[in-house]
Amino acid sequence: MVINKRLEKWALLSPALVVLGLVTLVPFVQTLWLSFTDERITAISKPVNWIGLENYIYAITDPDFIEALGRTIYFTLTSVGIEGVLGVAVALLLNQKFPGRNVLRFLIILPWAVPTIVNAIMWRLIYHPEYGALNSFLWQMGIIPDYQSWLGTPGRALNMIIFADIWKNFPLVVYISLAALQTVPMDLLQASRIEGAGAWRRFRTITLPWIMGPLLVVLVLRTIEAFRVFDIVYVMTRGGPSDSTKTASFFVYQEYFNYLRSGSGASYAVLLAAISTVLISIYYIGARRQAQG
Amino acid sequence: MKNTNFKLFGLLSASLILVVFTLSPLIWLIIMSVSSAAELTAKPLVWWPDTIDFSRYSDLLNMDSGSGERFLMALRNSLITAITATLMALIISIPAAFAFSRRGASLVLLFGFLATIMMPPITYILPLYNIFGSLSLLNSSTALAIVYCAMLLPFATWLMKSNFDAIPAELDQASMLEGASTFYTLRRVILPLALPAIAATFMLSFLAAWDEFFYALIFTSDLSTKTLPVAIADFTAGRVTDYGVIAAVGVLASLPPAIVAMCFQRFIVSGLTAGSVKG
Repeated sequence: MVINKRLEKWALLSPALVVLGLVTLVPFVQTLWLSFTDERITAISKPVNWIGLENYIYAITDPDFIEALGRTIYFTLTSVGIEGVLGVAVALLLNQKFPGRNVLRFLIILPWAVPTIVNAIMWRLIYHPEYGALNSFLWQMGIIPDYQSWLGTPGRALNMIIFADIWKNFPLVVYISLAALQTVPMDLLQASRIEGAGAWRRFRTITLPWIMGPLLVVLVLRTIEAFRVFDIVYVMTRGGPSDSTKTASFFVYQEYFNYLRSGSGASYAVLLAAISTVLISIYYIGARRQAQG
Repeated sequence: MKNTNFKLFGLLSASLILVVFTLSPLIWLIIMSVSSAAELTAKPLVWWPDTIDFSRYSDLLNMDSGSGERFLMALRNSLITAITATLMALIISIPAAFAFSRRGASLVLLFGFLATIMMPPITYILPLYNIFGSLSLLNSSTALAIVYCAMLLPFATWLMKSNFDAIPAELDQASMLEGASTFYTLRRVILPLALPAIAATFMLSFLAAWDEFFYALIFTSDLSTKTLPVAIADFTAGRVTDYGVIAAVGVLASLPPAIVAMCFQRFIVSGLTAGSVKG
């Protein structure tokens, strides 16, 4: 009977294990193996040599990769940070009672529903240097003297991409925060108000700690997602101008599919996986703490 | 009294800013899609078109026009891939979720499932490319649907599991005591109670598959398999010079997810918040 139960458990799990094993575990192990070789993607198969840590030594001293990594971290911290602050602020607003609140709660899901690629294209059109709405609007308002090249200026392009990313993803933080806000006990807030605590103090000492758990979980999830950023960059700038928006995933993509260096590319990919593992562990610890309450 | 009026004014102005921030890019996208090409290249821009021109939409929805063929094929491919992958993921995740919820499968394993989707896809892409290549499955909706299924599976399992947890165990125990098989119990006792959860899982999975770009970019290369995101990226890669067409494609591609998201908002929000918020 016990053995049957155990068998049944694995039988129930087996389809999922097979799919995940074949599509994620096997490729991952192969990437790991590749990263220790000098394999290249070629039409004629050549002997592949085991070269130990050579790829890794090259990777961690490669200034282009370090820069791409730095950009990715900047992208991740800035967009997730602003999404967090904006998301909580909007959630606080939508948690108040005022006419039109429900319509607003309803509408705010729209940016999140827009596909990532459409979002990228929409903002690319808005940022267009000659025909973009942003230029026309700012110029007509007299805010800028001339049309600007928003995505064509090194130093600026990445921030413009971050803005587009925030626009699409902040609703997620709003919905999670709003759900958490609705569980904040009113009597606690009332008591604090009677004791004379101002709005900001009530927020800092009661509301924020109360919603912190779910908020952190969603922000870590967003961090994991933002760290792999590829699609929005691919459509908006293709990594340019002069590599100023080339993120780590994009870097590895080019190493694989433009320069056809699969061995070396794999070592970069494994390094990204290692960083992701750190983020995933943080998520795991946070989610467990959350589950235990 | 004055104080409450002042507060209301503050709330309404903040709401107004929020509405403008959220909606103006979308409204502009729609306006672009119905403006003439001349109006879209004027300097400064014409913010409202002289005549509203729906011809781009009729072109895109017409199989005989060049852009229409590309768009409609991509729409078909996206629908096929997303629906196949979502159905496969649901069918596979339900027994797995049952094992986690009722048969004591280790939660560390469930977390292992989740960890596979948290890894950057770039770590899987090249071996997958080679595997599908050697199976002659590159440039097929099948390969993409399999990868998407694996991508959707962990989240679907986790969502279904947390919903099964909320169903009293006495119900399925009673059914098992009466001699029903696990399969029968799952199908007749658990699933009918989990229908809302299945709906939420289905929609969130569908939206994720509809949105996916990276795997589709690598695995599909021609009209018969390219999904909408890849086709849209192609539209911007140079061949189309009328920005209104790009805007119209964007509007059409956003309609299915926007409709799903707005009609089933309650399901979706509860799915999104499940697990990260207790209570």
